[in-house]
Amino acid sequence: MNPTDTSHPDYFHKVVDCQWACPAHTDVPEYIRLIAQGRYTDAYLLNRHSNVFPGILGRVCDRPCEPACRRGRVEEKPVAICRLKRVTADLKGDLEGLLPKPLPRNGKRVACIGAGPSSLTVANDLAPLGYEVVVFERSEVPGGLMRSNIPSFRLPQSVLDEEIGLILDMGVELKTGTPVESMRKLLETGGFDAVFVGSGAPKGKELNLPGRQGTERIHIGIDWLESVAFGHQDKIGDRVLIIGVGNTAMDCCRSSLRLGAKSVKVMARKPRAFFKASEWELEDAEAENVEIVINHSPKAFVTEGGKLVGMTFDVMEYEMNGTQIKSEKIIGETTIPCDDVILAIGQENAFPWIERDLGIEFDKWSVPKVDAKTFRSTRAGVYFGGDAAFGPKNIIWAVEHGHQAALSIHQFLETGDDATRPAPGVTLSSRKMGMHEWAYKNDYAPIERKLVPHVSLKERFKKIDIEVELGFTAEQAAAEVQRCLNCDIQTVFTSKLCIECDACIDVCPVDCLTITQDGTEEELRTRTRVPAVNANQGLYVSAALPQTGRVMIKDENLCVHCGLCAERCPTAAWDMQKSTIQWPHAGDKAAVATARS
Amino acid sequence: MTFMVKPKVRHPDLPKNELGLTRRDYEAANSTLCAGCGHDSITAAIIEACWANSLAPQNVVKLSGIGCSSKTTAYFVGGAHGFNSVHGRMPSVATGANAANRNLHYIGVSGDGDSLSIGLGQFCHAIRRNLNMVYMLENNGVYGLTKGQFSASADLGSILKKGDVNNQPPIDPVQLAITLGAGFVARSFSGDKAQLVPLIRAAMHHKGFALIDVLSPCVTFNDHEGSTRSYTYSREHYEEAVHADFVAPAREISVAYKEGESLPVTLHDGSQVVLHKVDNSYDPTDRSAALARLVERQKQHEYLTGLLYIDPEQQEFHELSGTPDTALNQLPYELLNPGAAALSKVLSRYR
Repeated sequence: MNPTDTSHPDYFHKVVDCQWACPAHTDVPEYIRLIAQGRYTDAYLLNRHSNVFPGILGRVCDRPCEPACRRGRVEEKPVAICRLKRVTADLKGDLEGLLPKPLPRNGKRVACIGAGPSSLTVANDLAPLGYEVVVFERSEVPGGLMRSNIPSFRLPQSVLDEEIGLILDMGVELKTGTPVESMRKLLETGGFDAVFVGSGAPKGKELNLPGRQGTERIHIGIDWLESVAFGHQDKIGDRVLIIGVGNTAMDCCRSSLRLGAKSVKVMARKPRAFFKASEWELEDAEAENVEIVINHSPKAFVTEGGKLVGMTFDVMEYEMNGTQIKSEKIIGETTIPCDDVILAIGQENAFPWIERDLGIEFDKWSVPKVDAKTFRSTRAGVYFGGDAAFGPKNIIWAVEHGHQAALSIHQFLETGDDATRPAPGVTLSSRKMGMHEWAYKNDYAPIERKLVPHVSLKERFKKIDIEVELGFTAEQAAAEVQRCLNCDIQTVFTSKLCIECDACIDVCPVDCLTITQDGTEEELRTRTRVPAVNANQGLYVSAALPQTGRVMIKDENLCVHCGLCAERCPTAAWDMQKSTIQWPHAGDKAAVATARS
Repeated sequence: MTFMVKPKVRHPDLPKNELGLTRRDYEAANSTLCAGCGHDSITAAIIEACWANSLAPQNVVKLSGIGCSSKTTAYFVGGAHGFNSVHGRMPSVATGANAANRNLHYIGVSGDGDSLSIGLGQFCHAIRRNLNMVYMLENNGVYGLTKGQFSASADLGSILKKGDVNNQPPIDPVQLAITLGAGFVARSFSGDKAQLVPLIRAAMHHKGFALIDVLSPCVTFNDHEGSTRSYTYSREHYEEAVHADFVAPAREISVAYKEGESLPVTLHDGSQVVLHKVDNSYDPTDRSAALARLVERQKQHEYLTGLLYIDPEQQEFHELSGTPDTALNQLPYELLNPGAAALSKVLSRYR
């Protein structure tokens, strides 16, 4: 097969599994190394460059990086990437003078609707370039869903205030208590050159079953969480049923306990394998004695004289076919008494304030038509991002939408063309310092994932805003960082230097290298010392080797980046080189790609 | 050499042998040889062969003399017994150990200096005794440990790194071993594990002395232009005459072989070596023909490789000496030490 094109920026990017999986492509291994060096502020700033809210995300990110982490394939548990991010926020020093200073105003005005993560990211990217950014927010405080829907025992208000403050301090104008009630009015009289809609998915899904009407004790999850967050709701009945088993449900059940509920049950229609909540959020809820009841499908609300007394469920039985449900049947019916029901079965975006004759098109489900790359709507100069664009995702996706929309807005206002954008790139630089010396710590540390300490079960319920997770101490972080495999320190091969001595193959601890006759990728994947069965992971194939014309192949799947191949190579055909991925943001010049020679 | 230790982490899907061990369980200390040394590759081949033959590490004995090659016994099968002996005297120590316990697997690792200069007599007599062992001769044509002087196996006309030309004819351990009557004589190349690993596996099952002469480039002192033992030269002058596939005992041979091209040879324990003749006119069971071809190819500056001579029927050291089947440490004390009366009876025979 053709030799692998490692100059394509995606090749080495994919090897850094965490960075590839992160929607915002945070340079995880680099910030972990900075933590290892005690450079918490630098680590924070590197995080902030990509994900804007390290303190917030270090607590509540959906962490797509962790299931992707190579350590999880080599051993069992991934590096605690998310909690290390929090360490950078907790232990950082003064940021004074370290954030970009806005350029003089360029005379262009951008409106952001909603003060959630996507809008704030747009403001963060555009304000330093000289744009006048005005953020309109319906409620009295900024943060959007991060503030209203994530309970303060998971995300303290002070962390939100600090990180949002960093953005606002760059000269962003925030108009709280100012809902945009008419897009037409904003477009026609607002005087804005571009508008970004980051108004989220604020509408919780309803469950219309018999008995739904006539009682005040059935709540919509996200609305209920908001009223708890803003102090409008400070108590709940003894027995609470949560319908749905996503992350909102987890926040609802844990908040209920803090408002005084004695018994909280989360009712799931399907078996555990189908739960939408993150594994760690389920663990945290179950640690607080929340009962999760599976295979119960809601049938009716039971009221007596206008008072909610319980809920009736069909008891389900599923016939499984592997991980798929083959068939389902009802095997019974049960009524569970309760005082309150919280519905946490999903949410939608809603745009009653956007007139339908402005050239902003919606599909038949009233979802705006948004370009997946530029985030532009069908009207020039109007962009959507975050949950408002493609429905509920999570904060880190909203941040990346914000980055890309900001880039679009910048390109659009500079050149009139937002589709032409700087391409991603990769630069490589050797980490060889001298004989047996490499500029990174390449020892494989056989230590287990460190657990984050929690406030005791007795203490944590005393007040609603006691943060449950304590975060790593500097010492715990220093141990956990050693688990990172430095996947960004790439094994870079120069085929013309190879003398086929087999030293690299013999010394590789995870048997990922082979020299073999060339063939199709399918064949080559069977010829590695252990078959390269993980097709999601790259197979590096070199050019023909000088002495025999065979090829060097490398299964990227389990490489622990120990550098022994390069250390053992007598001709420096292997080298360890740090790959830096350039993922363009607004104002970045086109990245220069450097190739593996 | 490297100061970085190979980490214990391993591929989770690494195959296991009959003992439930992976290749990694047959590793030992970190190599301190130069990066790219052919010897390290041979070490990896020995590890692979020991693993594939499901040897219990405690039943392996590693023996060596002095030299770069002789350091390598520290780098494989960490759970084995080992003896790093005086320069060139490994065969004597091997003889003693083998005499005392015939039930272990003896792997001797030596080099061209250790075996063909200081230890040449020892080497010859180990063959003569037909000691049941695998004798790996890691042959790089130079004395690497003393900074690269020509060794006794350096080819005529070979040029040292600093320009000296060798004018003395080489000692070819393969020709020597065949002449002395060894029953398993092979040559291979450190850069060809596909050939080397089955040879080591078969040698371990051969009853008697098995020599594998392995061309092993010295990456520091003998891998330059003008060298006849460099990676490039070895690959260019490398002629495989007989490729040997090893088939473990009790495994059915399912492939049909064409007569004249392939020849299965059954070893004493029921295992088989299937010889694929790359060169159809070569007969690895005909001693004089084998010698003739070796001499002829040497004149052409070609390295004839593969299983070059095999005779599975020879009697080995213990059979020749009439020793008991049991290892000495398993014999009851009364048998091992029959007492003063028995001793004087023996002594009286010499009076």
